[in-house]
Amino acid sequence: MGSYYLPHLKELEAEAIFVIREVVSQFERPALLFSGGKDSIVLSHLAKKAFYPAKIPFPLIHIDTGHNFPETIEFRDWLIGNLSVQLIVGSVQESIDKGRVREETGVNASRNALQTVTLLDTLEAFKIDAAMGGARRDEEKARAKERFFSHRDEFGQWDPKNQRPELWNLFNGKKHHGEHFRIFPISNWTEMDVWQYIKEENIALPSLYFSHERDCVVRDEVILAKSEYLPLKEGERVQRLVVRYRTCGDMPITGAVLSNADTLELIIEEVATTRTTERGTRADDKRGETAMEDRKKAGYF
Amino acid sequence: MSIQENNQLLRFTTAGSVDDGKSTLIGRLLYDSKSIFEDQIEAVKTSSEKKGFDYVDLSLLTDGLRSEREQGITIDVAYRYFATPKRKFIIADTPGHIQYTRNMVTGASTANLAIILIDARKGLLEQTHRHSFIASLLKIPHVVVCVNKMDLVDYSEEVYNRIVADYQAFSSKLDIKDVQFVPISALNGDNVVARSENMDWYEGATLLYHLEHVHIASDFNHIDCRFPVQMVIRPHTLGFQDFRGYAGRVDGGIFKPGDEVKVLPSGFTSKIKSIELDGKSIVEAYAPMSVTMTLQDEIDISRGDMIVRPNNQPNVEQDLEVMVCWMNQKTLQSRTKVIVKHTTKECQAMVKDIQYSVDVNTLHRIEGITEIGMNDIARISLRTAQPLFFDSYRRNRQTGSLILIDPNTNETVGAGMIV
Ligand SMILES: Nc1nc2c(ncn2[C@@H]2O[C@H](COP(=O)(O)OP(=O)(O)OP(=O)(O)O)[C@@H](O)[C@H]2O)c(=O)[nH]1
Ligand SMILES: [Mg+2]
Repeated sequence: MGSYYLPHLKELEAEAIFVIREVVSQFERPALLFSGGKDSIVLSHLAKKAFYPAKIPFPLIHIDTGHNFPETIEFRDWLIGNLSVQLIVGSVQESIDKGRVREETGVNASRNALQTVTLLDTLEAFKIDAAMGGARRDEEKARAKERFFSHRDEFGQWDPKNQRPELWNLFNGKKHHGEHFRIFPISNWTEMDVWQYIKEENIALPSLYFSHERDCVVRDEVILAKSEYLPLKEGERVQRLVVRYRTCGDMPITGAVLSNADTLELIIEEVATTRTTERGTRADDKRGETAMEDRKKAGYF
Repeated sequence: MSIQENNQLLRFTTAGSVDDGKSTLIGRLLYDSKSIFEDQIEAVKTSSEKKGFDYVDLSLLTDGLRSEREQGITIDVAYRYFATPKRKFIIADTPGHIQYTRNMVTGASTANLAIILIDARKGLLEQTHRHSFIASLLKIPHVVVCVNKMDLVDYSEEVYNRIVADYQAFSSKLDIKDVQFVPISALNGDNVVARSENMDWYEGATLLYHLEHVHIASDFNHIDCRFPVQMVIRPHTLGFQDFRGYAGRVDGGIFKPGDEVKVLPSGFTSKIKSIELDGKSIVEAYAPMSVTMTLQDEIDISRGDMIVRPNNQPNVEQDLEVMVCWMNQKTLQSRTKVIVKHTTKECQAMVKDIQYSVDVNTLHRIEGITEIGMNDIARISLRTAQPLFFDSYRRNRQTGSLILIDPNTNETVGAGMIV
């Protein structure tokens, strides 16, 4: 008789699959928020495993800021075909055109905050009552406080001081009309777990995550990709650098890291020795000490 | 961060009274085990300076909410992660304040180990008692008592020994199997990761050593086969026309293809045809694996049913005795109606009787009460609208636990452990 314990990645996988199946059992119209980043790719992979041989029984929602890396969109469309699931796209550009939101201006302008409105509008339009996301608690200190089943009021807001107790694996998804839940099946995974799992399961990723040459601009010590969405400041110059991305957000706010890691093995080694958090390269989190909490309260991912 | 692929996961929680140093200790553990990134420690240094502290306030690493940082207390559980070459750890740093006991219970419900902190200057307080009692009710198998702030009592062995004796006197009345003691200074790091140079009288291990070596393999029940069905998978696609899989998580025992099984509540028996995940077959399924099971016979099975072995069945009853932690402002009385969630089953229930509540300081029973309030711990009799398939919590933490939900507000109002 062997010793009956699960290695940690298997335990995390089992937990995530349990949560995803609970969502489908407890809610009428669940959806998976798909950003195109590695965490939501892992989440789609887990969803596929959870229901096999049936197809994933919910749509993927992509909130398209219009500022995506082309590689992200290309990968998204490939994955949708591969999983044969429905894709819903919520467009920030449309929200701007309809006058639902106003575009930020200036050189540091970003569409990050605008996404919240598009997201909430999309959830409402499709009557989504449970939106799963790939957020992890190790990413950020406000995320470290989030439940697996996170309740949102009818305005889509999070009340971090008054969260429901969440005991054992008994998830309470009960809600009143108009309220919804955000659900985070990979809450307990770290960046390292995600990379090891990607390797173990041989999961395909957008090329952005691997080392490549790119035209970049270095602004406030953050390496940003040169793009039409990034107006240059005076004195800034474009340099060709060998980089890769640790997270995939919008092009004008996601920082790259200098890296030669072009295989999963090398990336895992790099993650093991790195001394900064992955979100440390994101300009959206640098807008104040509680920037994430403030955005989450308003209904952000 | 270090790379390990097949390590055990230890889930632990902090407990103890307000300001005993729980969050500081977690900050220290993360910092000394080199699990803190430069941008995180820079941010904490800046915040500490802004607050006018002349030291780095490591509690800011876990107290992430605006109100927590303003008030210098923990309000809700923070989950943190770290790894050493020996193990992976999931930490739930919980609040000490009585008002937020529900969040402490949240963090503690999934833990294999609890670190209970005691301020060396103050000794055992009511919250130390309450949290220790909750830890024992939750059957957290291992407890490490850290006598903290030793730097403020001149690293005195007498002070430490007195607190250890006090705690032992109290915990002998509790049902905790494994209790260890460590004198520490969370602020300075004594005996947290590295041995203290200030307490050569202490010959035991450091806290991290305990965390790395405590034996946790037997914390799941591998004897009584329990498989609550979460959902039925029917693909209706070509190639899988007749596939009917039962998806769920094993809550106990070891299931193998070919095993004879019984389905509750119908009582039908069959044999396991296959156990799989993602089309790959699994030879043995045990807790806490998520799998899909198929049976040899077509039986009507739905969510909330349970697959077990014919010769080892759980209790199937509508009347249960439950120890409950009440977590809501609205009090619980006899005849209060609630919704019960137990494994994958949900049903209406009524509180038939409140047997007694427990005085957490003396552990004495208070009988003859008619209602229980927020943060009270009581034994109640519950009558459910349908039979539940359960074991005692002592025997199985999964099939022995339930939550109570207020049918009007939908809030989770109670945590129940079946006696
Ligand atoms: N001198 C000294 N101070 C300490 C030590 N540990 C913690 N403190 C201080 O005690 C205070 C409270 O520490 P926290 O870590 O916030 O306490 P806590 O137990 O997390 O409190 P709650 O979460 O609100 O229950 C802070 O000012 C810490 O700096 C220690 O070992 N020595
Ligand atoms: Mg604290």
